[in-house]
Amino acid sequence: MRRIQVLLCSGTACQSSGSDKVKRALLDELGSHDLLSEVQIVETGCMGPCELGPVLLVYPEGTFYVRVKPDDAAEIVSEHFLKGRPVRRLLWTEGAPQPQEIPFFSRQMKLVLRNCGTIDPEKIEEYIATGGYEALGKVVTLDPAQVIAAVKESGLRGRGGAGFPTGTKWELVRAATGDTKYVICNADEGDPGAFMDRAILEGDPHAVLEGMAIAAYAVGASRGYVYVRAEYPLAIRRLEVALAQARKLGLLGARIFESDFSFDIELRMGAGAFVCGEETALMASIEGRRGEPRPRPPYPATHGLWGKPTLINNVETFANVRHIVLGGAAAFAAVGTEKSKGTKVFALAGKVRNTGLVEVPMGITLRELVFDIGGGVPAGREFKAVQIGGPSGGCLPASLLDTPVDYDSLSRHGAIMGSGGVIVLDDATCMVNMARFFLEFTADESCGKCVPCRVGTQMMLAILNRIVAGEGTDQDLVRLAEIGDMMKNASLCALGQTAPNPVLSTLRYFPEEYRAHIRDRSCPAGVCPNLVRYVVVPEACRGCDACRRACPTGAAQGTAGKAPYRIADELCIRCGACFDACPFGAVKKEPR
Amino acid sequence: MKLDELRKIRERAEAELRLRGGPSRVKIVVGMGTSGIAAGARQTLRAILDEVARRDLRDVVVTQTGEKGLAAQEPIVEVHEPTRITIYGEVDEAFARRIVTEHVVNGRPLSERVVEVREVRDDQPAH
Repeated sequence: MRRIQVLLCSGTACQSSGSDKVKRALLDELGSHDLLSEVQIVETGCMGPCELGPVLLVYPEGTFYVRVKPDDAAEIVSEHFLKGRPVRRLLWTEGAPQPQEIPFFSRQMKLVLRNCGTIDPEKIEEYIATGGYEALGKVVTLDPAQVIAAVKESGLRGRGGAGFPTGTKWELVRAATGDTKYVICNADEGDPGAFMDRAILEGDPHAVLEGMAIAAYAVGASRGYVYVRAEYPLAIRRLEVALAQARKLGLLGARIFESDFSFDIELRMGAGAFVCGEETALMASIEGRRGEPRPRPPYPATHGLWGKPTLINNVETFANVRHIVLGGAAAFAAVGTEKSKGTKVFALAGKVRNTGLVEVPMGITLRELVFDIGGGVPAGREFKAVQIGGPSGGCLPASLLDTPVDYDSLSRHGAIMGSGGVIVLDDATCMVNMARFFLEFTADESCGKCVPCRVGTQMMLAILNRIVAGEGTDQDLVRLAEIGDMMKNASLCALGQTAPNPVLSTLRYFPEEYRAHIRDRSCPAGVCPNLVRYVVVPEACRGCDACRRACPTGAAQGTAGKAPYRIADELCIRCGACFDACPFGAVKKEPR
Repeated sequence: MKLDELRKIRERAEAELRLRGGPSRVKIVVGMGTSGIAAGARQTLRAILDEVARRDLRDVVVTQTGEKGLAAQEPIVEVHEPTRITIYGEVDEAFARRIVTEHVVNGRPLSERVVEVREVRDDQPAH
């Protein structure tokens, strides 16, 4: 009999920080204390605070350990597992050993992520123990129209970005004529810094499969595909395991729950092209063609995969479905705002203390998300903006921190909910350079099929490159807005239509930064290499001569042993060699 | 697969997840401080685990705690129930098995070796 269960996070982030080694070390120690029969290690999906990995959660007490090294295993086993004394130095905060006492966890509301980090995703029995596949069993006894009505009543909207009402989409596919229909799960998560879907697939793959099966029953499909990027090897492996287990128990395949409903799912791996997250490009890729979008209409609901009616939803959308069936549409709709129901999973990244994966009720403010759950900006820096929605999203400044996080409020301010990537920016971030980074990404990922996107992204990028190099003109700002507007209206797919958003939103909220780059040839955040000046802080300089030796142009000047040195700005080519060479941090970048 | 077959799998699997905060009727806590271990708490704990497993008691959680400050009466075993906590002292293997069979299974707390019985009010959960 087991008396202790150790839930070891083995999501991609914790595996990168060494959870496998921690597991081996724990097993060794358990073996040498003869505790292997009493203590069980369960590998789970992502628990959320990726920054603090590897993390583990010890039950029955629910003690939460962070940044566990293989060397810590001996102490954890001998002190905690044997003697019942938690290892205090490994707690997140002293005196708060349990997750529910830590704001990062207590302010969240986990629905989609409920099983992530609490069950072993490679054991279908553990999913079933949480009520898994009950929803499917219930649904196949209902009329499909009832299922669709429930999803409509719940107010669920697509979690992939655009927020289209899920029930309405299902209804359209149901109504489309054709005897063959398909269900596709869009797991082609491509936004830089976003990993919500990966975490769900890794931590609770059955929830997605069950959601797809329910959708298939509702729309009348018998075949499904998960389109997942090949860069997610762990998610793919866990999906494969989950599919095999579900088939073995007859939860996928012919005559599910002894009904007339048959459904099975195939995996398709994407090669990592951002545009393949767009639904028509994704379907082209599944068909074996080049992943390029086509004009809509006709929409996939009537003309989808191989010309057949197709339902395509995102990973998180499907993962919500079983909760609507089991808990009821009304309970689901009780959470959130008037037009955005339920919860949303976000990937918190950037200049924030608690980076990681969080799930919050819709309508929570950005301030609560960034400061209460995210812990705010690390010490010594000021919050500047939050970039939400990835390359298709926008930047919101500090003055909009009280904006509720829901589809409509965010888009009103020029950002989008998107798939849920949230990047926190501090005062050391140059907004022009940040916009340039995203434009560089979309220019690179533009498939090239339509002119507005192919040429527009390149033109905008060229202008931004000029501005950050200190060669911009006032006319450039007008041009950026013009090209952006043209791309929004004329591009074929969402990639081009939304690519200007990072630029347009920073132009809207941070125009003075663009002007400083253009008129003053200065980067206020001290980021853009051409627009900064290197100076020696006299008090910090020890006269070690390192900067003079590193400088290729003789701009760093002085005599060894005689501090302070100085940097002659007229000779400086802003290569940063002195900055990197100074062992005392005495060389500083400042706006020109 | 029928729905009631699924529910059977669910019942079996719920036992696995019970330790992770699921419902448990009784929690048995063994004091495993240095003096507890010196007095034989390891053997006591093993006996309890063995007895619980043998009887397939699915609503019982067994766990350990640190020093309680009662070194003279170690090994200490606490039985946590919704309305009271019973603390036994000098629990050897044989007595540990009796705690499981008599107190936990038959619902008849033992009268010997009781250190303390603490009533638990609704607003003060046992654990």
